[in-house]
Amino acid sequence: MRYTLLMYYPEMSADELGPEALAEGMRAFDEYAKALDAAGVLQSAEVLQPVAATTTISLATGELVVQDGPFADSREQLGGTFVIDVADLDAAIGWAQQAPPAHYGHVEIRPGATRFVDGAWTTYDHH
Amino acid sequence: MVDDSRAAHAAARAARESYGRLLALVASSTRDLHLAEDALADALERALSSWPESGVPDNPEGWLLTVARNRLRDLLGSAPRRTSMPMDEAEELPAPVLDVDALLERAEGIPDKRLELLFVCAHPAIDASIRTPLMLQVVLGLDAASIARAFDVEPAAMAQRLVRAKKRIGLTGIPFAVPSRADMPARLPAVLEAIYGAYAIDWLQQGERYRESLADEARWLAVLTAALLDDEPEAWGLAALITFAQSRAPARVGDPWPPLDEQDVELWDRELIAEGEALLHRAQRLGQPLGRFQLEAAIQSAHCDRARSGVVDVEALDTLYRGLLAVAPTRGAIEGFTALRNRPVP
Repeated sequence: MRYTLLMYYPEMSADELGPEALAEGMRAFDEYAKALDAAGVLQSAEVLQPVAATTTISLATGELVVQDGPFADSREQLGGTFVIDVADLDAAIGWAQQAPPAHYGHVEIRPGATRFVDGAWTTYDHH
Repeated sequence: MVDDSRAAHAAARAARESYGRLLALVASSTRDLHLAEDALADALERALSSWPESGVPDNPEGWLLTVARNRLRDLLGSAPRRTSMPMDEAEELPAPVLDVDALLERAEGIPDKRLELLFVCAHPAIDASIRTPLMLQVVLGLDAASIARAFDVEPAAMAQRLVRAKKRIGLTGIPFAVPSRADMPARLPAVLEAIYGAYAIDWLQQGERYRESLADEARWLAVLTAALLDDEPEAWGLAALITFAQSRAPARVGDPWPPLDEQDVELWDRELIAEGEALLHRAQRLGQPLGRFQLEAAIQSAHCDRARSGVVDVEALDTLYRGLLAVAPTRGAIEGFTALRNRPVP
């Protein structure tokens, strides 16, 4: 099964962190991604720019609304995503608890429903 | 022609005794409990309509399993479940965990996958409040209406919560597997807790129907779980605890029923007390430190011993309660200890 691991954690700037903590954080993410890759389960990984760089748009009111910042403002922000392909939820939980942000934030485990590959959507899981 | 009542009786017995076993097998290949329930319900219905004509098959469980499995294949292959999947791909079902045909041909016993089912129901990703109802439904085959009654909620609300939980099992990819030895200490308590929950919700309300109560179903489930796990002392402890507690159910009839120390020991079920002792012995023989359920069972055992000795061993109870409070200071444990301490001196 494909799962997306959504990493939520309090944002800290490079200055707030200090060079050592920053280097340590990057090393931990690097190690994690390489472990997933070595196990043959990593599909993709993406670390996002801080929320300050987020732009949110909506046409829900009938008109284009462009907003500076995220849709939901909270202490912990979505900071990155890892897509993995593993046997079941227990395996996904196993990998999620090794993610560095599990120690200072939260990791959401979300099964994939369908994805767009080679010009078409894959089979939708109707569960 | 076989007479209708015999066929109906055979179907009803197969349904009651093997519902959980059949459902566990049908569901294990797809992880879809809801679909498995539909397939099994269909098989049971067909048994009721065809057995009176054709006679009860030699192996009713095998018959039900085969029909349910075929029905599951129909349901899986049908639209709109897999709309965008070409037909030849739709044939590719998840690899079957067991070759049912081969099993049936060799006329071997149907394997028991209920333990897997118990761990699915009490998985940490399933909300704790729905674990007990889920077990009652999928392992024991109780309908949503009776579960709703026991939990004192609207039948429609309970049915909806059960459907949602079953959907979640498939959607999140909870595995139908018994945890590894390393994971067992983290996973087993939730299973035992959910079984205990089935007992706790009903034991005060059994009245005279204590042999067909939910509490007695919980006792059966606890003994089954302990037997399937075989080497988990706390599982045997829970089985012993509920068995001891149920041995005194005949004395808890009436309103208000008499407190423990005033109950007529002649009403207690000696067979169940002996069974409780055997279960507790089994737990203690495994030789691990005493857990919560073993301690509670030992407390029950000490109370039940009044039937033999005529007196309550307050000293033994005091020691056991201290042990219990150290391991699991629940409200029940604190109340029990307080009651023991405030006991009128005879």
